[in-house]
Amino acid sequence: MALDSKVPKGPIKDKWTDYKNHIDLVNPANKRHIDVIVVGTGLAGGSASATLAELGYNVKAFAYQDSPRRAHSIAAQGGINAAKNYQGDGDSTYRLFYDTVKGGDYRSREANVYRLAEVSANIIDQCVAQGVPFARDYGGLLDNRSFGGVLVSRTFYAKGQTGQQLLLGAYSAMNRQIARGKIEMFNRHEMLDVVVVDGKARGIIARNLITGEIERHSAHAVVIASGGYGNVYFLSTNAMGSNVTAGWKIHKKGAHFANPCYTQIHPTCIPRSGDYQSKLTLMSESLRNDGRIWVPKKMEDVMAIREGRKKPTDLSEEERDYYLERRYPAFGNLVPRDVASRAAKERCDAGFGVNTTGEAVYLDFKSAITRYGIEQAKIHNIKNPSDAKIYELGQAIVEAKYGNLFQMYEKIVDQDPYKTPMMIYPAVHYTMGGVWVDYNLMTTIPGCYCIGEANFSDHGANRLGASALMQGLADGYFVLPYTIGDYLSGDIRTGKISTDTPEFEAAEKEVSERINFFVNNKGTKSVDYFHKKLGKVMWDKAGMSRNATGLKEAMAEIKAIREEFWKEVSVPGTANEMNPELEKAGRVADFLELGELFAKDALMREESCGGHFREESAELDGPQKGEAKRNDEDFAFVAAWEYKGEPADAVLHKEELEFNDIELKQRSYK
Amino acid sequence: MNLTLKIWRQKDASSKGQMVDYKVTEISEHMSFLEMMDVLNEQLVNSGEEPVAFDHDCREGICGMCSMYINGEAHGPDRGVTTCQLHMRMFKDGDTITIEPFRAAAFPVLKDLVVDRSSFDRIQHAGGYISVNTSGNTQDANSIPISKHAADEAMDAATCIGCGACVATCKNSSAMLFVGAKVSQYALLPQGQVEAADRVRNMVAQMDLEGFGNCTNTGACEVECPKGISLENIARMNRELMKASV
Ligand SMILES: Cc1cc2nc3c(=O)[nH]c(=O)nc-3n(C[C@H](O)[C@H](O)[C@H](O)COP(=O)(O)OP(=O)(O)OC[C@H]3O[C@@H](n4cnc5c(N)ncnc54)[C@H](O)[C@@H]3O)c2cc1C
Ligand code: SF4
Ligand code: FES
Repeated sequence: MALDSKVPKGPIKDKWTDYKNHIDLVNPANKRHIDVIVVGTGLAGGSASATLAELGYNVKAFAYQDSPRRAHSIAAQGGINAAKNYQGDGDSTYRLFYDTVKGGDYRSREANVYRLAEVSANIIDQCVAQGVPFARDYGGLLDNRSFGGVLVSRTFYAKGQTGQQLLLGAYSAMNRQIARGKIEMFNRHEMLDVVVVDGKARGIIARNLITGEIERHSAHAVVIASGGYGNVYFLSTNAMGSNVTAGWKIHKKGAHFANPCYTQIHPTCIPRSGDYQSKLTLMSESLRNDGRIWVPKKMEDVMAIREGRKKPTDLSEEERDYYLERRYPAFGNLVPRDVASRAAKERCDAGFGVNTTGEAVYLDFKSAITRYGIEQAKIHNIKNPSDAKIYELGQAIVEAKYGNLFQMYEKIVDQDPYKTPMMIYPAVHYTMGGVWVDYNLMTTIPGCYCIGEANFSDHGANRLGASALMQGLADGYFVLPYTIGDYLSGDIRTGKISTDTPEFEAAEKEVSERINFFVNNKGTKSVDYFHKKLGKVMWDKAGMSRNATGLKEAMAEIKAIREEFWKEVSVPGTANEMNPELEKAGRVADFLELGELFAKDALMREESCGGHFREESAELDGPQKGEAKRNDEDFAFVAAWEYKGEPADAVLHKEELEFNDIELKQRSYK
Repeated sequence: MNLTLKIWRQKDASSKGQMVDYKVTEISEHMSFLEMMDVLNEQLVNSGEEPVAFDHDCREGICGMCSMYINGEAHGPDRGVTTCQLHMRMFKDGDTITIEPFRAAAFPVLKDLVVDRSSFDRIQHAGGYISVNTSGNTQDANSIPISKHAADEAMDAATCIGCGACVATCKNSSAMLFVGAKVSQYALLPQGQVEAADRVRNMVAQMDLEGFGNCTNTGACEVECPKGISLENIARMNRELMKASV
C-alpha cells in the first residue's frame, strides 16, 4: 500500500483553513449516536476527550493510572511554546514553524508543523480561560522565557510545573464532561488490543487492572494517545508505566510504525549513580537560560575533582572549558538538545567527565547569581554591596525562577546547587518516532487515530523544548476534533457497534491466552531482569551514537533476549487480581519487539540527524568539522514500517518529505 | 544498610490484611525509598512470592501516586517530599521500618499498599473546573490581566498533587486541604468567579458525601503535605462557602 499523507493542496498558510472549510461535518444531533474510544488521558488524550465530548460525541476514555490527572504529562517542567509575539521580539507563526522544522533536522512534515505553529497561540488562550495559572509579570500580563534552539522568548510556563498545570486544565475540562455523562472514564484499565472489523477500527480489548477482568469496548473510532516509548531503554526520564503497548498492538494490526529510532536524549538530567537505579530525573532545559555548562580544561583538574582534592568552585574561569560557548557562539548554552547532548558526550568520552563514573558535566549558576545580584542591588539602591549581599540578592531571583528544580536536585544528590554547580548528563527523554499518521492524524488502519507523543508527525529527528506539550494540546483541542469529524460523517447511520462478533471474540482470546501464558510460565527470572538487559543493549548500541556493526549486534542480541524472555520469565500471582508484575510483563514483551525494529530502523538510516550520531556520517572538514552529517539526497523521508511477523522482517515504506517553504540547509548554531 | 520491613499485606479489597516482616540487605543510602521497595520485590519475585503492590509512576514527586504510610507518617519522615523523593539516607543500618497503606474510610484498600482515591476525582466532577467551551474560540489570553500576586497565589494552590497525604494524616480523615486548594485556585482567578458559589457548594457537598471527616484545625495536613499547601486555603474555602450560603 502506498503511503498517502493527505496533505491538502495550496499555499502552506492556507492549507488548514481551506481544509476546515471543505470537510464533511456531523450534525450535532447525530453526534449523540457516535462513540469514540480514547486510549490515554495525558495532554493529548485528555484534551481530545474533553473536546470530542463537548462537541457531542460519546467518549470512553482509558488510562492505566488511577486518575486522568496522573498521566505522564503531569511531569513536564519547563514550558509550552506559542507564537504570540507578546514580547515583540520578532516571533511569528512562520518563525515558530521555521525553528521547529530546522530544530527537527528537516525530518518532519512541513504541513503538520505549520498547522501546529498556527494553532499554538490559541492553545494559550484556551488554557488561560480554563484557569491555568501561567506565570505573569508585574503588569499582570503573561510572562515568557526562552528554550534551546531559538532566538525569541516564546515559552509560557507555570513555575517548573507547566505540564502539571496544563494537564490539570485538560483534566478539569474532562471532569466537566464526566459530570455531564459525556465521558465515561475507565481508570486503571489497560488497552491490550484493537479490534478491526471490515478493515476499520471498531473497538478495543482492555484489562481492568483491579479485577483482572478482560473487557470488550466498541466505538466508531479509536484514538490512541498513549505517550512515548522511551522506557525501551529501561532508564529514562519517563514515568515507570510509560510503554509502547497500545502503539505496538495497533502496529501488529496494520498501523505502520514510523521512525522508531528517533529518540531524544535530553542534555540536562541528573547523572546515574548506581545499578539499583530505576529512573533518571530531568532538570528542565529552562535552566540553560541561566546556567553555564563547563568541564575543566586540564586533565589534572578533572582527576583532582574526581578524587575530591579540588572542588569545582576552586577553578577560575580561565581553567574552565565552557565548551558550548566556545563551539557555538551564536546560541551558546541555548543550542538545541541534540547538539548539547552530543557535545557533553564528546567531552566525557574524551575523559573530562567530572564525577566518579566520568559521565557528568557542570551546570553552573554562579555567573547568573552574581549578575542578578548586582542588578538587584542597583534596583534597591544598595551602594557598594558586599559579595555576600550580592549573592543573597541573586540567589533569591534564581530561587524564584527555578526553586523547585533546585530542591529536587538537592533531595536526590544531597548537594546544594546554589553553592556548588549541578552535575548533569544526557538521558533518554522523548520519542519523536511513533505510529505513522497522515495529515488527519489517522493511522494506516481506517478509523484508528494516533495523537500526542505516540505518533510521529511533528518533531522530525529532534524535538525542540516546549514543543511536545504544544503538540499534545494542538492535536487534542484543535486538530483531531475536525479531522475525526470528517471520517465519522460516514458513520451516522451505522448505529451501535456490537461487541458480540467474531472479531471481538478472536481479539479477546488472543489477549487472554497471552496473560495465561505469563501467569502459568514457571520461569526463573523477573520481568525487570529482561527489561534491564534490553535497556543496556539499547543504550550501548542504539543510543546517542551508533554504527552499523553495533546495530547488527543489537538486533541479534535483542532477539536472543526475547527468546529467553518467553522461556524464562516468571510472573507470580494470578490473572484475576491486581497484578503489577503481569502488567509489566506484557509491556516488556512489546518493548522487546519494538527494540529490534528500533535497531533495524537505525541501521537503515545511514546518516546522522537529530540526536542520532551515526559514526559513519560526520563532517570531516570545513567550518562544521566534527558535527553530525545529514544526508538529504538519500534520507529525506519518513521510514514507515509495516508489520510482517518478526520485527526483522518488517517492510519499509517511504514517505518522501517535501520542503517547499523552507530551504533544506545544514543546521548551524555557530 | 540492612533493614527489617514490616509491611501491610492484603490480597484484595474484601480480604483481611496483616503485617508481614521482611528483611532487605545491602541497601545504599543513595536509593530512593521506592528503589528500596524494588529491591525487596525483586527478591520476592526471585523466590516465587508475590511482590508487594504499591502505586507509583513518575518517581519525581509530581504524579501523586506513591502513597505510603511509613513509620506512622504519610510519605515518611522527611518534610516536603513524596515517598518517591524520600531517600534511604533518612534511615540507619538495622532500622525497622513500618509500611502501611493510607488509611481513611474514603480511601478503601485495593491491595497491599494500593488504595482507591477515586473519591477525589468525584469531588472534582462536582465542580472542580471552569465551564468554558474547549472550542478554541476564547478571547486573547492577555485580555484578562491578573496581578502577579494573585497568579502566584493561585499557582501555589494549584500545586496540589492529589496524593491524599492530608487525608491520611488527619485524625478526622478530612479532605479539606485538598478541596480548599482547588477552590482557592479558582477563587483567586477572575475566570473562576462566575461559578464560584456553585463550585464551592457542590464540591463541599460531594466531599461530605464521600465520607471525609470535618476539619478541627489540628493542622497535621499542612505539616505532611509534600507540596506545602497552606491552611489558608481551608480558611479561604470556608469564606467562599459562607459567601455562597448568604
Ligand atoms: C520529565 C519530563 C519533562 C518534560 N518537560 C517538557 C516541557 O517542559 N515541555 C514540553 O513541551 N514537553 C515536555 N516533556 C514531554 C511531554 O511531557 C510529553 O511528551 C507529553 O506530555 C506527552 O503527552 P501525551 O498526552 O502524548 O502522553 P502521556 O502524558 O504520556 O499520556 C499517556 C496516557 O496514555 C495512557 N496509556 C498508555 N498506555 C495505555 C494503555 N495500553 N492502555 C490505557 N492507557 C494507556 C496513560 O495512562 C496516560 O494517560 C517532558 C517530559 C518529561 C518526561
Ligand atoms: S493538599 Fe497536599 S497532601 Fe493533600 S492531596 Fe494535595 S498535595 Fe497531597
Ligand atoms: S511516583 Fe509520582 S509522586 Fe511519587
